[in-house]
Amino acid sequence: MARMTFREAISQALREEMYRDERVFIMGEEVGRWGGTYAVTRGFLDEFGEKRVRDTPIAEGVIVGAAAGAAIAGLRPVAEIMTINFAFLAMDQIVNHVAKLHYMFDGQITCPVVIRTVGGGGRQLGASHSQSPDVVFAHFPGLKVVAPGTPADAKGLLKAAIREDDPVLFIEHATLYQVRGEVPDDEDYLVPIGVSDVKREGRDVTIVSYSKMLQISLEAAERLVQEGIEAEVIDLRSLRPLDTRPIIESVQRTNRVVVVEEGWRSYGVGAEIASRVMELAFDSLDAPVRRVAQAEVPLPYNRRLEQMALPQVDDVVRAVKDVLYL
Amino acid sequence: MAEVITMPKLGFDMAEGTLIEWVKGEGDEVGEDDVIAIIETDKASVEVPALRSGVLRALLVKEGQTVPVGQPIAIIGAADEEIDLEALGVTEAAPEAEAGEVEEAVAPPPEAPPAVERGRLAVSPVARRMAEELGIDLTRVRGTGPNGRIIKRDIEAYLREMEKAPEKAPPPIPTPSHAPAPEGIQVEPMTPMRETIGRRMVESKQQAPHFYITYEIDMEAAMALRQELNALLPEDERISVNDLVIKAAAIALREFPRLNASFAGDEIHIHEQVNIGIAVAREVGLVTAVIRDCDRKPLAQIAREARELVRRVREGRMRPDDMVGSTFTISNLGMFGVEEFAAIINPPQAAILAVGAVRRVPVVTEDGELAVGARMKVTISADHRVTDGAEAARFMQAFKRALEEPLRLVL
Repeated sequence: MARMTFREAISQALREEMYRDERVFIMGEEVGRWGGTYAVTRGFLDEFGEKRVRDTPIAEGVIVGAAAGAAIAGLRPVAEIMTINFAFLAMDQIVNHVAKLHYMFDGQITCPVVIRTVGGGGRQLGASHSQSPDVVFAHFPGLKVVAPGTPADAKGLLKAAIREDDPVLFIEHATLYQVRGEVPDDEDYLVPIGVSDVKREGRDVTIVSYSKMLQISLEAAERLVQEGIEAEVIDLRSLRPLDTRPIIESVQRTNRVVVVEEGWRSYGVGAEIASRVMELAFDSLDAPVRRVAQAEVPLPYNRRLEQMALPQVDDVVRAVKDVLYL
Repeated sequence: MAEVITMPKLGFDMAEGTLIEWVKGEGDEVGEDDVIAIIETDKASVEVPALRSGVLRALLVKEGQTVPVGQPIAIIGAADEEIDLEALGVTEAAPEAEAGEVEEAVAPPPEAPPAVERGRLAVSPVARRMAEELGIDLTRVRGTGPNGRIIKRDIEAYLREMEKAPEKAPPPIPTPSHAPAPEGIQVEPMTPMRETIGRRMVESKQQAPHFYITYEIDMEAAMALRQELNALLPEDERISVNDLVIKAAAIALREFPRLNASFAGDEIHIHEQVNIGIAVAREVGLVTAVIRDCDRKPLAQIAREARELVRRVREGRMRPDDMVGSTFTISNLGMFGVEEFAAIINPPQAAILAVGAVRRVPVVTEDGELAVGARMKVTISADHRVTDGAEAARFMQAFKRALEEPLRLVL
């Protein structure tokens, strides 16, 4: 185990997979000469050469489309879309082609593309560069959508995504890159896609979250301890496939659920979780499921307003007390 | 994480139990399913298993103490874990009542205001489920959730209150008043078990409209088959007449599931499993022990399980599972030479089978000759709210056929 940042963990996963499998290559805006917008691929161009580290034009549809073609032809591209906000430009390639090729060609071809992209707000980048539309992509069957919340999961999930034959959208939160944690050194350290994880055990309430909101939820859980409330925190890690088993098992013990997501509330991840809890654990509920989510506005540029709109530790603490009727 | 072990509910009418023995002590390590305590209900002594492994960190009730169903009796956890009783929901110190001590009459619990004046009760799903499992009348629980919604903590509070002031049993059916026992009469107090049997049987006879159908069954072939089978089996695996009866009833119940049913107010619950309860006499009273899935188990297995069950009942060491979940009862007094009798239905079941002795009797053969045959009289008591005479008779025919063509029992 080594202690490293989320950024280093991603970088290490990519490097290890590129050494392990010659077919793996990376492509995207600024991934080569600049070393990646978030400095994840710094040094890769010198290390692996232009054939495997390819700078592309600013043309998202082309990036994903070319990656799909390369994947069909037998390579294993890791395409980078600088932010998830720009993935809308490649929406047709992602949801109409990459996600469906295997199915539409009767399993005769596979499309092992990993699309790495960066989501989330909180850095004063304005309404169109700060969104968390994770659920939009998770809505489409055929595409796996993962969003790690810790450095260790980032490494294990990215390696699993690269080895996966189905296309994977890999969402990294912009404000997680500096977060540090223990990361296994093992080159075959994989975190399976589609398995939720109990990050903290507790008996009073179940908090379900993922990505950046996992960190917020863990902080809230720490604060709740001081008031004698033990929160169980479950990290989804993967939005599709969605693993509900640990949530249901937890709710059967705690009888209360709070879902914390950075995206907007309406039609969101929290809505999906709430619905599944109703379907699978109705008899265990003592209070309606509470959702903590972003204010339903385009995210403000102004720092204070932006922070007000994003879910904060206080919001989670309040929601937990609500479902405990405190 | 530490977990609370509570007084188990071992029957739908069990309200409290007495902890008669701690098999494990504080600080003992226990494995999953290890017996940690023996509990006496008004029906039997029952072993309480640990539902998980760990260390028994705290015993919350003393030996001899009687506590209501659902009250914490022990804490199980890791060896080094800090135990916060309050956080585990164990708020009250365990009551100090000692064994044998007569509980002082307490004022009846204050009647809680109804959760809502009219209309539908607001109850959280988990609270509703708990109330159902514990047999709590929700209209007596005060809801403290939004708009008076009854939530989990209200049920827990209600249970604590009941524990402080145990709910009095409904007033007994008036009986002629007795003068103080005159001389020459030995006075024996009613045991809890006798009280329970009495209450349940009164309930059954008063509420369930019983009707009875008696059949005489030719046991010649069944007795011959039993002899043949037992010649192949070691002494301790022999098959009894009752085992044949259980299997025959299971076969017939599969065919007539409405007799494998419970009366549930405005509904009839037809059970998918055929779990046959066998009435076993103990010195202190009667216990019904359950053999599950009798329609699916081979005869030899039924015989084995029945023998083991009876042994546990006689030794007073029943397990919780042994007592609950029967869907049909068989009472056999054949071993006492009883020719025939009618049993009282074990509520909420739909029927009970009363089995007499196999007797050698004169019979008229098909050719009109007089001969000696083996006959057994069996009476079904059935609840007319659930079934009718014709259906019960058809069930009895199927039952009779299974015993008179006994190869069906070993198929």
